[in-house]
Amino acid sequence: MRNTLAIAQREMNAYFASPIAYVLIGFFALLFGWFFYVPLAYFAEQSGQAGMNPTQALNMNQMLVGPTLMNTTVIMLFLFPLITMRTYSEEKRSGTIELLLTSPVTDVEIIMGKFLGAMLLYGAMLAVTLIHMSILFIFGDPEWKPIATGYLGLLLMGGCFLSLGLFISSLTKNQIVAAMATFGVFLMLWVISWISQFVGPTTQTVLRYLSLTEHFDDFAKGIIDTKHVIYYLSFMAFGLFLTAKSVDSERWRG
Amino acid sequence: MIEVQHLSKKYGPFTAVDDVSFKAESGEILGFLGPNGAGKTTTMRIITGYMPATGGKATVAGFDVFDQPLEAKRRTGYLPETPPLYPDMTVREYLRFVAKIKGLRANVNDRVNAVMKKTWVTDMADRHCGKLSKGYKQRVGLAQALIHEPEVLVLDEPTAGLDPKQIIETRQLIRELAGTHTIVLSTHILPEVAQTCQKVVIINKGKIVATDTPQALTERLSGSATIFVQAHGPADEVQRALQGITGVVRVNVTDRRDDVGNFDVDTEKGVDVRREVASAIVRNGWGLLELRPMGMSLEDIFLSLTTTETEAEDLEAEKAVVDA
Repeated sequence: MRNTLAIAQREMNAYFASPIAYVLIGFFALLFGWFFYVPLAYFAEQSGQAGMNPTQALNMNQMLVGPTLMNTTVIMLFLFPLITMRTYSEEKRSGTIELLLTSPVTDVEIIMGKFLGAMLLYGAMLAVTLIHMSILFIFGDPEWKPIATGYLGLLLMGGCFLSLGLFISSLTKNQIVAAMATFGVFLMLWVISWISQFVGPTTQTVLRYLSLTEHFDDFAKGIIDTKHVIYYLSFMAFGLFLTAKSVDSERWRG
Repeated sequence: MIEVQHLSKKYGPFTAVDDVSFKAESGEILGFLGPNGAGKTTTMRIITGYMPATGGKATVAGFDVFDQPLEAKRRTGYLPETPPLYPDMTVREYLRFVAKIKGLRANVNDRVNAVMKKTWVTDMADRHCGKLSKGYKQRVGLAQALIHEPEVLVLDEPTAGLDPKQIIETRQLIRELAGTHTIVLSTHILPEVAQTCQKVVIINKGKIVATDTPQALTERLSGSATIFVQAHGPADEVQRALQGITGVVRVNVTDRRDDVGNFDVDTEKGVDVRREVASAIVRNGWGLLELRPMGMSLEDIFLSLTTTETEAEDLEAEKAVVDA
C-alpha cells in the first residue's frame, strides 16, 4: 500500500511538474464550460418563456445537468489517451522501468500506483467543474442527488477509460502509438452500440451492454443501478488485469 | 554473496546467455568483462530480478531471485546501463522516491543526504535530473543503487561516459564500497577490471570464457613469457646470440638506434632465461642497459581470448566450406 502511494505520488509529480496537467485541466475546463454554457443558455431562454406560462415546470437537472455530464464523456474520449499514453511507454523508453521492476515492489503495486495517480489527475479535472455546479446552486435550485450520481458515473467511467489506457500504454515504448491506439479503442467502445438497430436482438443486447456510454445514461438521470456499477468495476478490474499480464509477459520476452 | 548456476536466457531462437555460472563471495568485487553484446547486461538483469532466466538459478544474499524476488530485491542495488532517472524530479526528490520504493521507512532524509555526500552530488541536490551532465547522472544513478544499503551491488558499466577524473573517483568509491557490499560490475574497459576487481569473469557470445583473479589470468595466459632487453652492441649479432640460448623461442628487434637495440625475447613457458641472456651479452663484451620481464596486459588477454575464439570459428567455417 505504501509502495502504491509512493508511486501514485510520483505519477502526480510527473503530471504537475510538467505542463501535462495544466494543459489537460485547462482544456477540460474550457470544453466543459462550453458544454455547460450551451444548455444553460437554452434553459435560460426556455425558463423566460415558461415564466409567462406557469403551467409548464422546467427541470434544471433534466435539461441542463444531465446533458452537460453526458457531453463530458466526449471530452474524456479525446483527453484521456493523453493522460495514460505516458504511464508505461515513457518509463520503457527512458529505462526507468528497470528501477521499478528491480525494486521490492510487486507489479500490482506499480499498476495500482499508476492507476491511482491518473485517477487523482482526473479527480482534479472534475473538481474544476464543481465551480459550474455551484453557480447553479447559487442562482437556481437544482436537486443535488442526480448531480452526485452523475459525478459518480463519470468517475466510474473515467476509471474504465484509464485502466484501458494504462493497458495499451504497457504494450508500447512509443507514446504516440499508445495515444492513437487508446483513442481508437475508446471510440470503438463508444460507438459500438450504433449498429444495434441493424442486428438481431441478442447481438443488440450484447453490443449495447459493451458500450461504455450506454451504462452512463442512468447515472445522468440520477439512478444508481448495481448492474451498471458492476459493469464499470469489472471493466476496470479487467483493464488492470490485462496491464498486469502485459507487464509480466514483457518480462519474459525481455 | 551472489551465486549464479547454469544460467541461460533465450530470446526466441537467439541464446543471449548460455550456461553461465560464477560466484562472488561477500565483500568481493567481481568484474564482468566482455565485448558489447556478450550477454553482460542480460545476466545482470536476471540477477536483479528484472527478467526471469530461461534456465538455471541465481541467488542473491541467500535468496533465489525467482522464488523470493522481493527478499532478493530488497538486498540488491542496481545501476542499469542508462541511469534510471526521472527528468522532471530534482535529485533530492528522486532519491526520496527511490528510498520509499526500496522499502526505507525511517530516516529517509538522513539516508538521502548521506548517499548524496558519498557520491558527490550534494551540490546538485535541487537540480532536476534531466538537466544534469552525464557524469552527474551516472553518480545519481550510483546514489540510487546505494540508498537502501544493499548487501549486493550490481553495476552495469558504472564508469561509462565519465571523464577521466570522474572515472578515477568512481573506481575509488567502488573499491571503498567493497567489503561491506558484494559487487558485480560489468565493463568492456580492461584496465578497469585490473584496477578494481578481485575476480574476473570473461564472457563472450553468452558463454564464460575464463574465470580467475586478474593476476592469475595474466599468468595463465602469458603462456610464453616475454623479456624486454635493451643492449649496446650490433643489433644483428645480439639477436643471433640471444636466439642461440636454450629456452628462447624467438627474438624480435623492436628498435635500433646507433648501437643501442631493443629486443623482445619470447621464451618457452616456465623457463626463466634472464640469467643466460645477461651473461650472453656480457660475455660478448656488449653493454646490457635494461632487462625486464613483460607481463601480458589484460587488454592483450582479452583480445587473445576473444580473437582466438573467432579464429577457431573461422577455421571451422573454412573447413566446412572445404569439406563441402
